[in-house]
Amino acid sequence: MSSQYLAKQVQDLKPSGIRKFFDLASKMENVVSLGVGEPDFVTPWNVIEASYHSLEQGYTAYTANAGLLELREAISEYLEDYFSVSYDPEEQVLVTVGASQAIDIALRALLNPGDEVIIVEPCFVAYSSAVILAGGVPVTVSATSENAFKVTPEQIEAAVTERTKAIVLCSPNNPTGAVLNAKELADIAEVLCNHDIIAISDEIYAELSYDEKASSLAEIDGMKERTILISGFSKSFAMTGWRLGYAAGPTDIIQAMTKIHQYTIMCAPTMAQHGALEALRNGRDSVDNMTTSYRQRRNFVVKALNEMGLSCHLPGGAFYVFPSIKATGMSSEEFAEKLLAEERVAVVPGNVFGESGEGYIRCSYATSIKQLDEAMKRMSRFVENHIK
Amino acid sequence: MEQKEIELLKLLEKNGRLDTITISKMIDEDPETVEEMIVKLEKEHAILGYSTLVDWSNVYEYEGVAALIDVKVTPVRGVGFDKIASRIYRFPEVKAVYLMSGAYDLSVSVEGKTMMEVSRFVSEKLSTLDTVISTTTHFILKKYKHDGIIFDEDDDDKRMMVSP
Repeated sequence: MSSQYLAKQVQDLKPSGIRKFFDLASKMENVVSLGVGEPDFVTPWNVIEASYHSLEQGYTAYTANAGLLELREAISEYLEDYFSVSYDPEEQVLVTVGASQAIDIALRALLNPGDEVIIVEPCFVAYSSAVILAGGVPVTVSATSENAFKVTPEQIEAAVTERTKAIVLCSPNNPTGAVLNAKELADIAEVLCNHDIIAISDEIYAELSYDEKASSLAEIDGMKERTILISGFSKSFAMTGWRLGYAAGPTDIIQAMTKIHQYTIMCAPTMAQHGALEALRNGRDSVDNMTTSYRQRRNFVVKALNEMGLSCHLPGGAFYVFPSIKATGMSSEEFAEKLLAEERVAVVPGNVFGESGEGYIRCSYATSIKQLDEAMKRMSRFVENHIK
Repeated sequence: MEQKEIELLKLLEKNGRLDTITISKMIDEDPETVEEMIVKLEKEHAILGYSTLVDWSNVYEYEGVAALIDVKVTPVRGVGFDKIASRIYRFPEVKAVYLMSGAYDLSVSVEGKTMMEVSRFVSEKLSTLDTVISTTTHFILKKYKHDGIIFDEDDDDKRMMVSP
């Protein structure tokens, strides 16, 4: 098969830099991995059991395109409780195959060819590619360590052109763990309102915030009507493999997204939807317990990294830390490759999340304290050998 | 009790071997403060000891049996069940004693080397106590979970090594 048959747009897509590290690390033995972007916890048992039960009961058929109405109602109640934003479950909520699908169809629902979408880097690896595949043009803005990896309204303002249609924001952030507070969101919102920009707000890590409750962009004055709030069950309920997310937003946009969804996916997996319903109804304690663990691990890792000479700010959320490796004089990729080869610790080089990630690495602390302790010991030895 | 003390207790309850330095980083306190907290909690008898959960069935050539015994007793005026409970829990074979609501009064957990040894304890020591009316002995055939820990849990990490 020759690549001549492939669409140019797809040929031009850059392969994810994470893939390379996966290939390297998975061939080695005795690796402690801090490269995993998902919880180490198994899905809470009550959720698994509820999904079993639904299968036993014979719930194996399609659901409504937008998802089980009961689940959409539960999502709507949850968003009202957690963020004080209300959505009509019949018209304004769509259950998707992970938050990733929600991002994809949000972009496809919004973009005309050539429309620009502002992407704040460092960020989840899929955003830019999703914009390109939807016919748009990604315009990147760099959040920097000087501002604790938080994008400023001025930076966004500077990136706006006549073609700017939307922005993708992710707070709490993968890979930096940065959390935008209500004030910072409000300042950004002002720019978005002034320029009539739609926000695709990836809030998948919202529950995993450790110092103060995360705010939703949709709760900021004037933003609900221009925000597509995207979240899901993967991170907070440890349900990554279930592939279940959702989008909530203005009726027109959600209905347009539902149209794409119905022609391409039909509906999210039924058994996963039944599990998700149980997660929302009775999963609160599990989330609290996991969040406590993540907070303790975050504290542990940030202290250990700073002690070994890798300067690292205390991130407010998600389960990543993003320390600087500049003190070693190495590039992110060099650091990650050598660390893997010499000490068998897998981390993800920061540059795969965007140019402004160069000089940093992403360490996930979604792993046991025992493993984290071992990883920190190995990294400390590595840094000692290589620091300039 | 302070929030941090509860956090510390929960960590130690799960893993008594967690060292002070690690705990101090996890709960964002100085190691000295953590030490002081532990000493205080020991003094207050919030911390009673540090034990290890052993799955003896995985220990080569180790033989032992355990039983749960439902005990009905006649409470004694003035001291209720406490007096009789203390006469039972002082036997070294007895690993746990609980006062129960429902069909019987005390639940007694007993361990011994053989079934014969446990049976003998029940017939000779326990049922002969003045206030004991009856006993029902249930031998434990298999332990699946104890103190929140699942025995034979497969703890392999099933995630991919690196993911976005």
